[in-house]
Amino acid sequence: MIKIQKKQGLKSWQEGLLRVGSIIAALVASGIIIALLGYNPFEVYGAMIKGSLGKPYNIEATIEKCIPLLIMSLGLSIAFKMKFWNIGAEGQFYMGAFGATIVWWYFPTLPSYVLIPLMMLAAIVCGGIVALIPALLKLKLGTNETLVTLMLNYIAIGFITYLANYSPLHEPRTVSQIYRFTDNAMLPEIGVFSSQVKVHIGWIIALVLVVLVFVMMRYSKFGFEISVLGENPDTARYAGMNVAKTLILAVVISGGICGLAGMLQATGPEGRLTYTLSAGLGFTAVITAWLAKLSAPVILVASFLFSVLLQGGSSIGTLTGIPSAVAETIQGIILFFVLAGDFFANYKFVYKRKEKK
Amino acid sequence: MEFINKLSLFLQATVQMGTPILFGTLGGILNEKVGHNNLGVEGMMLMGACVGFMTGYNTGNPVLAVLSAGLAGLIGALIYAIITVTFMGNHIVTGLVLTIFGTGLSNFLGNMKIPVEVMPGFVQEQMYTMLNLPKSVAAPLADFEVPVLCEIPILGKMLFSQSIYVYISIALAIILAVYMNRTRFGLNMRMIGENPGAADASGINITAYKYVHILAGGFLCGMGGAYMSLVYVDRWQENLTGGIGWIAVALVIFATWSPAKAIFGAYFFGAMRALSPQLQNTEIPLIGKINPQFLDMVPYAMTIVVLIFITLRKKKEHQPPAALGTTYFREDR
Repeated sequence: MIKIQKKQGLKSWQEGLLRVGSIIAALVASGIIIALLGYNPFEVYGAMIKGSLGKPYNIEATIEKCIPLLIMSLGLSIAFKMKFWNIGAEGQFYMGAFGATIVWWYFPTLPSYVLIPLMMLAAIVCGGIVALIPALLKLKLGTNETLVTLMLNYIAIGFITYLANYSPLHEPRTVSQIYRFTDNAMLPEIGVFSSQVKVHIGWIIALVLVVLVFVMMRYSKFGFEISVLGENPDTARYAGMNVAKTLILAVVISGGICGLAGMLQATGPEGRLTYTLSAGLGFTAVITAWLAKLSAPVILVASFLFSVLLQGGSSIGTLTGIPSAVAETIQGIILFFVLAGDFFANYKFVYKRKEKK
Repeated sequence: MEFINKLSLFLQATVQMGTPILFGTLGGILNEKVGHNNLGVEGMMLMGACVGFMTGYNTGNPVLAVLSAGLAGLIGALIYAIITVTFMGNHIVTGLVLTIFGTGLSNFLGNMKIPVEVMPGFVQEQMYTMLNLPKSVAAPLADFEVPVLCEIPILGKMLFSQSIYVYISIALAIILAVYMNRTRFGLNMRMIGENPGAADASGINITAYKYVHILAGGFLCGMGGAYMSLVYVDRWQENLTGGIGWIAVALVIFATWSPAKAIFGAYFFGAMRALSPQLQNTEIPLIGKINPQFLDMVPYAMTIVVLIFITLRKKKEHQPPAALGTTYFREDR
């Protein structure tokens, strides 16, 4: 008989080892699958590393993918810590980008140093408002926030698609495109610890956010209240916390951060608001935030590794002629292994002989 | 006459659009009723669509094609079940990963090249995306016109000129409704979704029930995906299901977890999808032009409204399963 038993939590180095072990096991398993499908797994992995970290411009592309993923994961981690399952990063991201676009639309001639901060503010506000809806519904009616945030994603994407086709924002003589930002609305580029790798300033904002979120969650009273609320709402209430205020504020901050990511993506690499702006990263962020155990520094590492996977995957096709979709399959397999591996951090299998009576 | 003709074609298209949604929704209901919030529906549907097409192309057998599509969905669900039931992983995250995995795998398999005899004696390597389904698979699954009856104005085409797949989906929904509400197994299954601890105490094998229902749900999702590649377009393309899996996730809520209501919900959402290309350039009296994008949003917006409505009315049989999204570990009780 195999039984499952709880065990003492692992030390952090053991947990790290478990993670690395899961990833290696996943790479071996997906290597076997790739080989079975008739390709050389070493060629695939080599191409992924080369395509994501090989040349300076590969690194630039990887960091550009990492910025929105990292910021959204940070935002989500705040809500998740409260056990508020905000899977609406995607929608908050789009509405944030929308808010920024509207500011630019009405004040297109402002100088950059006024316009860009204003756009950021608008993005944070819009992302926050989108997150406020499920938070209020949960608080007042007890509506399941997972389902509401999921639906809001698709409403937001539909709304942006509508804007791109039928609104004044639609650029005539293009297929479903919104006007491109003028240069004063675009984020400046700056070298990432070297002059060769230049990425828009979003990377600095992202790193600042890592520190801010880490400090807030670890050392502030507000962060502590969020953790208590997540562990046990009754305890929080009994201790005299203002549960409603904490919940609303934390969820709005969570959504605001996701909205900011949308603005950075639109004014950074993309140059305009599009309805494919997020490329599904809002959902990926749910995964990275969760796998990083909602800890900001770990989120930084997890998001970067995942961006390597994403960027490496998209360059497999051009480098080897193997379909790029193989990368998504590998992503899935790695994540499955890490998810299953988590189990061994808290539980163990115990073999017991059936007692004879 | 012109209008009546258009209307009857529109109703036919409504049912066709609704059918894959219905399959996905039934799969979703089976998952959620045992307490598992599975966001991998889209992934399982894509796996089914791709594998169903590949099997159909290579064997020329429609039954095998449909069954293999179901099996592909089932395998996706098996991965999900192993991680969420046995390894007690997070349902939402695992579901999202399943969608990434299913999308990737189906695009990957669909891009593989196989030798095809383009002309007699001339073989060329081609991708599955370039190929058409053989007649022996497409014909039995294509719309079957019941003579005379399909000539009934307005409703004839909707009711009597459909693929056999459509009738199977309705039958399955009814069977599921009876199973859930009228059998002991169905009762046990619903109990697990509401209160796994109590179910366990009354001697129900929770793990077995969860596995069986999640796998059956995956099978239905796979079959639903294959409707797209075997019936609706009879080709395989990347991301063929185009978000139908997500609409199905919404519909599970919209139908308040009831398979019978899911039938009507599926056709309502199907109508929204069937309507949007129609409205592209038509002017409607009094209202003017309706933007198709707004129609795309309607299912999701209505789902939120329904969700608010059921939480307000607090009617017991309309609530989400109480243990939805939680993992069950016996020693934690």
